Amino acid sequence: MDTETDQIYQVDVGNLLAFNPNHRFPSAPSTREELVKECITEGTKLVQAIADSLFNFPSTETSDGPLVQLPPPTTKLPREKHLPRPKPPTKWEEFALKKGIQKRKKDKIVYDEQTDQFKRRHGYDRVNDDNDIPIIEAKATDEPGEDPFAKRLDDKKKRVGKQEKNRLQNLKTAAKAGALPSHVQLAATALPISGTKAQPKKIGKEALGDVAGLAATSTASGGKFDKKLPGEKPPKKQGKHHQYLPVVPKYGVVDEEKEQTNKVLSKIFSKHSHEILNVGKAINMYNDKKEKKKSGRSDKLKPKKNITKKKPANKA
Amino acid sequence: MMEIRTPKTGKAKRVLEKRAPKLVETGKKTLILHGTKTSATISTVLMELYRLKKGGAIKYSRRNENIRPFESGGETSLEFFSLKTDCSIFVYGSHSKKRPDNLLLGRMYDHRVYDLIEVGIENFKSLLSFSYDKKIAPHEGSKPFICFTGEGFENVQELKQLKEVLTDLFRGEVVDNLNLTGLDRAYICSAISPNKVFLTHCAIKLKKSGTIVPKIELVEVGPSMDLVIRRNRLPNEGLRKEAMKTSKDKPKKKIKNVDQDEVRGKLGKIYVPDQELQKMPLADKSKGVKRERRESKRKNKEEGSASKKKKESE
Repeated sequence: MDTETDQIYQVDVGNLLAFNPNHRFPSAPSTREELVKECITEGTKLVQAIADSLFNFPSTETSDGPLVQLPPPTTKLPREKHLPRPKPPTKWEEFALKKGIQKRKKDKIVYDEQTDQFKRRHGYDRVNDDNDIPIIEAKATDEPGEDPFAKRLDDKKKRVGKQEKNRLQNLKTAAKAGALPSHVQLAATALPISGTKAQPKKIGKEALGDVAGLAATSTASGGKFDKKLPGEKPPKKQGKHHQYLPVVPKYGVVDEEKEQTNKVLSKIFSKHSHEILNVGKAINMYNDKKEKKKSGRSDKLKPKKNITKKKPANKA
Repeated sequence: MMEIRTPKTGKAKRVLEKRAPKLVETGKKTLILHGTKTSATISTVLMELYRLKKGGAIKYSRRNENIRPFESGGETSLEFFSLKTDCSIFVYGSHSKKRPDNLLLGRMYDHRVYDLIEVGIENFKSLLSFSYDKKIAPHEGSKPFICFTGEGFENVQELKQLKEVLTDLFRGEVVDNLNLTGLDRAYICSAISPNKVFLTHCAIKLKKSGTIVPKIELVEVGPSMDLVIRRNRLPNEGLRKEAMKTSKDKPKKKIKNVDQDEVRGKLGKIYVPDQELQKMPLADKSKGVKRERRESKRKNKEEGSASKKKKESE
């Protein structure tokens, strides 16, 4: 027994963990059963060591049994996620700090002079509600033809929009610091990555209708003799979509067609023709074409044209 | 352009808040999954690990093709699963000619692979092969004792890591208060050689010893197995430092309506609603107490007397 008590176990009661670093098998166990038995007796000693300290803690009796307060664990284990980061101050908070503006608590309910009542500060049936004012008096500075009610509504919308913009900006800075509130996600609405294909957009009702109309009118008869499907609506855009100018003008009338073509030509042939050319775009287009040609050559999926051609035999 | 997305329901919001980084963490969840090929041994090992960890584990039952965390780019789907299930420990079972009965244990930090250790399973004995009194069978989710024996756990790098991973895997939630009657299981790990660990699961019998501390007896209830160390990857030093950061101060939860006064001590504020005596129901419901009648009677009387007076004045 003495040798056992002398042994020092590393006990972490917070995790109910014990470690005996000094254990050695006295003699190499020959069979599996012996090994298991040896391990379990050693384990029993360790569990007993934890229990010795555990059962000696002050306990409170409850209906389910004695409750013991565990000390915090001493074994250091890595965290699951990073520590929560402090939220950066918003633009307003920064400004308020600079100016020394302090937060004040406001009452939820305010006295309303118009109705001689106490009303909520915000929300439904609130104090000084714009919607309660049925008549706006005209001023000398008013522009004629402007609806003051519509202007009031518009101004309100603009203010709300501005606040939303500010909120997004503050959230962006918070996201940069990694301190975005857990329930908020910032998602890119479009992916502005150049050189990639644009994300296929969801086709709306309108666009689908347009396509259906196009398909219906693309037969030889322009869709006149086609069988209509049940519930099919008549095509939206009927009639001409283009107007072509007459090549031979009427007598005495300016040749519009000729003038139009001349205008384009003169633009190209003029002295400052380089100004009307978007050089950057042109270079891009040229490069693109070149690249496509190159990639086309290395494309293994395309069948090679000269696959059946036999190589000309080397003539010595 | 950016768009602010917030959960549309309260439930979704609560789930997200639960997953957010916390000052004091509650406990790591375990993800149990397997590769394209598994042996009978490895699938039972995974199944039984899931049974032992029930309540704090998620088990995937489909085959997973591209999980090779030791190779570059092979951890992407694992990291995605970790993000999806909010698990930060994973146990991945696979079986191949090169590495038969392979078990990969690993941990995540911020949904990134933190460290990895690969072990082979040998001499596996299933839960079902043990016969014991079912009364002592450990309850689901009880806090286990964890024991490590052998100098290997201190000297050998891989075993040291395995010890830490096994502790993280088995310890469950860190608790403040513990019910002593709920102690019913222990995990025994002993290093039998520098690359082999014997692991078993035991039930605990508490026997009277005459003192406060009961005498403890362990009964093997399984599963038991040998873990042979194969490959491992230690955490990046910078990452390790970051992950080991702890908060010094526990977050104090403000107790509402309670103040501390130097002279008067602890003061509490109690809200007493207005006593509306007018609306309070009376216990006696006899006819004479009904207010309407009494009031109408009084009214009639007054009117009667007023009209009389009028008449008199006339």
